[in-house]
Amino acid sequence: MSHDTTKQASGGLDVAVLVSVGRHPLTARARRADHDARAVELALGLEAARVRLIHAGRNDPDSEAALRDYLGMGFASLTRIDQPAGADVLPALLEALREAAPQLLFTGSRAETGEGSGLLPYLLGEALGWPVVTGIAAVESVEGGTATLLQALPRGQRRRLRVRLPALISVDEAGPAPRQSAYGPARRGTLSAETRPAETDDALAGWTLEPARARPKRLKIVKASSARERFKAAAAKAEGGGGQVLTDVTPEQGAEAIFTLLKEEGVLRH
Amino acid sequence: MLDILLPILIFSALALAAIGAVRRIRLWRQGRPSPVPVLRGLAAVPRRYLVDLHHVVARDKVMSNTHVATAGGFVAAMALAIVVHGLGLAEGVLGWLLLAASATMFAGSLFVARRRRDPPARLSKGPWMRLPKSLMAFSLGIFAVTLPAVGVLPADAGGWLVAVLLAAVVAWGLAELVFGMTWGGPMKHAFAGALHLAFHRRPTRFSVKRGGEGRSTGLKALDLDDADAPLGVEKPADFTWNQLLGFDACVQCGRCEAVCPAFAAGQPLNPKKLVQDMVVGMVGGSDARYAGSPYPGKPVGEHAGDPHGPIVAREGTALVDAETLWSCTTCRACVEECPMMIEHVDAIVDMRRFLTLERGETPNKGAEVLDNLIATDNPGGFDPGSRLHWAADLDLPLIADRGEAEVLLWLGDGVFDMRNQRTLRSLVKVLRAARVDFAVLGNEERDSGDVARRLGDEATFQRLARRNIATLSQYRFDRIVTCDPHSFHVLKNEYGALGGDYEVFHHSTYLHTLIEAGALSITPTALGRVTYHDPCYLGRYNGEYAAPRAVLEALGVELVEMARSGYRSRCCGGGGGAPITDVPGKQRIPDMRMNDVRETGAELVAVGCPQCTAMLEGVVAEDRAEIKDIAELVAAALGDDATPAPAASDTRRTTEEVMG
Ligand code: SF4
Ligand code: SF4
Repeated sequence: MSHDTTKQASGGLDVAVLVSVGRHPLTARARRADHDARAVELALGLEAARVRLIHAGRNDPDSEAALRDYLGMGFASLTRIDQPAGADVLPALLEALREAAPQLLFTGSRAETGEGSGLLPYLLGEALGWPVVTGIAAVESVEGGTATLLQALPRGQRRRLRVRLPALISVDEAGPAPRQSAYGPARRGTLSAETRPAETDDALAGWTLEPARARPKRLKIVKASSARERFKAAAAKAEGGGGQVLTDVTPEQGAEAIFTLLKEEGVLRH
Repeated sequence: MLDILLPILIFSALALAAIGAVRRIRLWRQGRPSPVPVLRGLAAVPRRYLVDLHHVVARDKVMSNTHVATAGGFVAAMALAIVVHGLGLAEGVLGWLLLAASATMFAGSLFVARRRRDPPARLSKGPWMRLPKSLMAFSLGIFAVTLPAVGVLPADAGGWLVAVLLAAVVAWGLAELVFGMTWGGPMKHAFAGALHLAFHRRPTRFSVKRGGEGRSTGLKALDLDDADAPLGVEKPADFTWNQLLGFDACVQCGRCEAVCPAFAAGQPLNPKKLVQDMVVGMVGGSDARYAGSPYPGKPVGEHAGDPHGPIVAREGTALVDAETLWSCTTCRACVEECPMMIEHVDAIVDMRRFLTLERGETPNKGAEVLDNLIATDNPGGFDPGSRLHWAADLDLPLIADRGEAEVLLWLGDGVFDMRNQRTLRSLVKVLRAARVDFAVLGNEERDSGDVARRLGDEATFQRLARRNIATLSQYRFDRIVTCDPHSFHVLKNEYGALGGDYEVFHHSTYLHTLIEAGALSITPTALGRVTYHDPCYLGRYNGEYAAPRAVLEALGVELVEMARSGYRSRCCGGGGGAPITDVPGKQRIPDMRMNDVRETGAELVAVGCPQCTAMLEGVVAEDRAEIKDIAELVAAALGDDATPAPAASDTRRTTEEVMG
């Protein structure tokens, strides 16, 4: 028995989750992507929702195995939009989403392969004209065209947000731990291929890609004489000390302030 | 009057028994098909009964004699009664033989009655309490009605009242012993038990006249290529028919319960109750009539099932709770003790397979471990490229560089564990001292698949196994040696079904052959009192009890045995993924085992398994005995000039020779 059959029966909320092919950090083996799996888990936790999975990308045996990992979470099928290597999946996804017209769209916050820029949710939100909410840890309720969400902030804090549907929700490691993917449903489920026009990502073709390197960390110099102070320093909020809170300013004033700060910090050099 | 009544009674009992048999067989046939050689199986019953079953029963001498007298007396008495009273052929010695048989049976039933007077907790009560009386009724009744037949008493002795009374007693006996056998009373074990011996799912576990091991402990492979084959057991009818027959053969003797470490630790598992629950599921109904010890912490009467309903409910309760299945350490103590040759571990793993493969409900750390095995080929999620980091200074020969070696040293996942690395270093030191030509797979080695398989993830097991088999097929070696009994068992007994057949040695066996061959110069050291803990996967799974003890003796230790050792050894609690699923109980299994050690007064317990080492060393207790692997003990007895590192020792030796 799979989730979407139960959920289909009850009708109700239309939900789509965008899933991508992930990659294990140590062995680089294809797998379900962690953030996307958490997004799926979040969607599965919604009551009376009809959840569908959509993937756009290249179709090869590795990606098939990884996509089946999502089916193993309890789905009978997944829509696979086949795109050639080097294609920009955005137009194809937009077309598919406009047809499917979900009320809630879940994505992981960034892909584990490819560019992994984390921009896709924003580009989609912009093109669809939907609000984008990020780092969501829980969906508290969906009522009368509004969803009440809990957004994760640093150090375990949560902020309650209310957004009007349709909306795009992105999920990172603050999302719920994904359930185990079971072999049986993963093997039985169907990947239904859809062909949509593919657009080559011209910008990408012009880029040189190289493996990422660990970024150097800014050192925090702690002058502490006791263990207690060292602990406090380690656990303390990374506070800049300075800074200012701007309220009731025009966008121009805000942008000006940010620009000045970036110059002061040496991020911008002219 | 009796000569009219008795034939009627006897033949109607037989007829009823026949009807019952058909109904019972129908219940078994709800299970999945499992082809058996019918005639050969039936022909094997006498030997399997007299040799294999009695091998187990004879561990309890009194019970064994009781059973021989009662069962033997009954079979003889029943056969003769059909001839003498059923067909009225009392001539000659037949009547006297019948008297002797029923007297023997009566003597046996007195012992049955004595055992039932103050029965140990492991025995089931309920209908079983009336069994001695029924046995007496049958034996006495038949004895009495036979007296006139041989002419000791006149045919009409006592008149019609006595005749009717005697007929009633005989009828009672016949009801329990003849048609009770197929209608579900305590005597069902005789009917189902005999057929279970004939149609056992593991015929190779029985001894044969030609010799051979008579052991079959590898789990059966699932056919994953057939998309329609069910993945494990969801409902009672998903068991094969002969598994159902096996459950039905249980005599509720509770020997399994008495040895089960999970039951003793207060975890919610009792192998006897589990088998009875499977019978309840096969017939349909609730467990309310079960009259034995419950699963610890779970009252009887709250679970029910039917042949086509789920065994484990998604929510609420069905026949069995999932935590019962996840409590098992797969130690096989129950299977070893069971006089009815029931295969508890097969059944438990079958049900786990469904939970893992279909429902994705491997509890606790289970899912994480399985994900790690899928992504990194080891349960800890370590970088598979770092398998040899522990041996950076040992310069271990890689078989990939040489293509062949006499011994392929299988290191196991202990390479990632600091404690086990000490054992591995010792083993390497010993192999080098004995100048064994060995090599390792290094980063090409993967987890053997043991844990994945016991957690029910047959798919991951088969993937790991197939890749290991493919790797091994590239190289030439005579034998595999490993210090991990789990890898040992899987490589030796479970890879065969997937196309990998190897000669595999546990390091204790291999070290024993080295010592026998005089390849090691051992200086016995004073180790004090030492006891030895048999790993389940070496002992009960593979019958190796002698070699580790022989090695210890060669080291000159004073070996003291624990009360539970050899085939009755108590599990350390580390098998079957139990530390991963971690079902809470009242106490911990390794603590109980270290108590066993303490009772011997030993200062050191020798082990032969990384899992046992980890479990036993995890025990926190004052003046706890030291835990050392056999390889470490042998290495220590080699003296100082042996080192695990190759180049250094070799050059030094040659220079010394030249200078000397
Ligand atoms: S295998 Fe061991 S733990 Fe499992 S039921 Fe049997 S005796 Fe108990
Ligand atoms: S399963 Fe075997 S050992 Fe356990 S009670 Fe039944 S017959 Fe006895």
